[in-house]
Amino acid sequence: MAHSRFIKDAGLTARMTLVMFLLGALFVGLVVGLMYAFPSYWFLIGLAGIGVAFYQWWSSDKLAMRAMRAREVTPQEAPELHGMIDRLCALADMPKPRVGIADMDLPNAFATGRSPERSVVCVTTGILQILDAEELEAVLAHELSHVAHRDVLVMTLASSAGILAGMLTRGAQFGGLSRGRNSGGFPAVIIALVVSLVVYAVSFLLLRLLSRYRELCADRSGAYLTLKPQALASALTKISGGAGAIPQKDLRANSAVNSLFIVPAVAGISMRTLTATHPSLEQRLEQLARIQAELGRPMA
Amino acid sequence: MRWLDAVTGRNKPVTNNLDALFLIPSAAITLQTAAGFRPTGHGAVCYRSATGAAFAQTQDEMTALISDDADAPEVKVSRDDFGFTWLEVNGDPDDLADLCTDLHAVNTSLEAQGFASGLLCSMVTFAGPSGRKVGLVYLYKSGTFYAFAPTGAQQRDNLTEISVRDHLAAELPMENDLQKWLALWNAPGL
Repeated sequence: MAHSRFIKDAGLTARMTLVMFLLGALFVGLVVGLMYAFPSYWFLIGLAGIGVAFYQWWSSDKLAMRAMRAREVTPQEAPELHGMIDRLCALADMPKPRVGIADMDLPNAFATGRSPERSVVCVTTGILQILDAEELEAVLAHELSHVAHRDVLVMTLASSAGILAGMLTRGAQFGGLSRGRNSGGFPAVIIALVVSLVVYAVSFLLLRLLSRYRELCADRSGAYLTLKPQALASALTKISGGAGAIPQKDLRANSAVNSLFIVPAVAGISMRTLTATHPSLEQRLEQLARIQAELGRPMA
Repeated sequence: MRWLDAVTGRNKPVTNNLDALFLIPSAAITLQTAAGFRPTGHGAVCYRSATGAAFAQTQDEMTALISDDADAPEVKVSRDDFGFTWLEVNGDPDDLADLCTDLHAVNTSLEAQGFASGLLCSMVTFAGPSGRKVGLVYLYKSGTFYAFAPTGAQQRDNLTEISVRDHLAAELPMENDLQKWLALWNAPGL
């Protein structure tokens, strides 16, 4: 191959690596700190938390499909959708995921599953109605990028420090009740509570940051896969316009799988930029415009 | 390092060998003697056309290059329902080598302009004794071949496809993963 038009975004890679490193360091720091400070039964609590995370990752396809009340469709039921995904998968040389449709008006799409071989790409009937074929293809390419990047695995791993800290907070509360008469145990429980809460808060913010970076990565890969950044841009504009117009009650009912969506359904009220699972529309459109310019540039 | 690749979301693309396209003429002789499928002289390359001036310019250069050939095969550019572009070459059925050279040229000039990621497949059409058409498809991304034999709007003749694979297995790198045998409904020439 002579050369590719795919330009590496070194800044994004560096920032993402830094965030992942910090999350890993947080996890190791928490475990090492607990190892010195507390007896071994704390680890059973931590282990239970990790077990829950592992279960969520392992059966993520089934859980998300059930949470969204989505059903799997065969190539006979949805030939156009399957045809599009077939071609995108051939273009990206990746195994074809299963395809699901969720019967709801909220225009959205998500991809989940523990590995590219065991993944599912799901669209809502709302998104099928408002997007044309080219835009739908761009959205599917974005979701397939999530599958190829193994984002469910990455986010589960990244959240392990937060889950451990969350479980320890609970554990410290119960520990405080049962060991309240023991003079030596009480301060240790307080320290555990404070440390866990701090770790939880830090890991929460880092996770959201990582989630936004992964979204930008999926946008990039999706645009390079279809070679039409314009289609993804117009799809994002359409979807986010639709998401704002829908009543709050319906939107909150969908919060269970929010971070897997292409556009978050809940509009953040406070600290929006820090806690958003998705980058802002402006940020995403700016990146797509850069890719568009790169694709159109004539080569010597 | 597979694990690190998974976390960083990177994997190595398969290095494909476009020279495999030049193996088609000898494979066609095998196909003709063993199964009675004759080349129709029709070939096509399927790709995503990128937005922008650079791509339009590349495509114009490609069609000009092929049309300027001494034999001057017929070149046609069309778009299918999925937004993919087909560049068709209608050449001499008896000179498959020339057709394969043209298809190779299209592939390499797209590669040279940095649009390799948009290449989906190249196809050479064969016709059976009863007029049944079979496409011998080269998947650009995995560098392998498979046969596509549509029988109706959404039906394909798997038996013919598998027998073509068995006939050509010794000569061409055939795709072993049946999941990758992409259905190309309404492909031009079939």
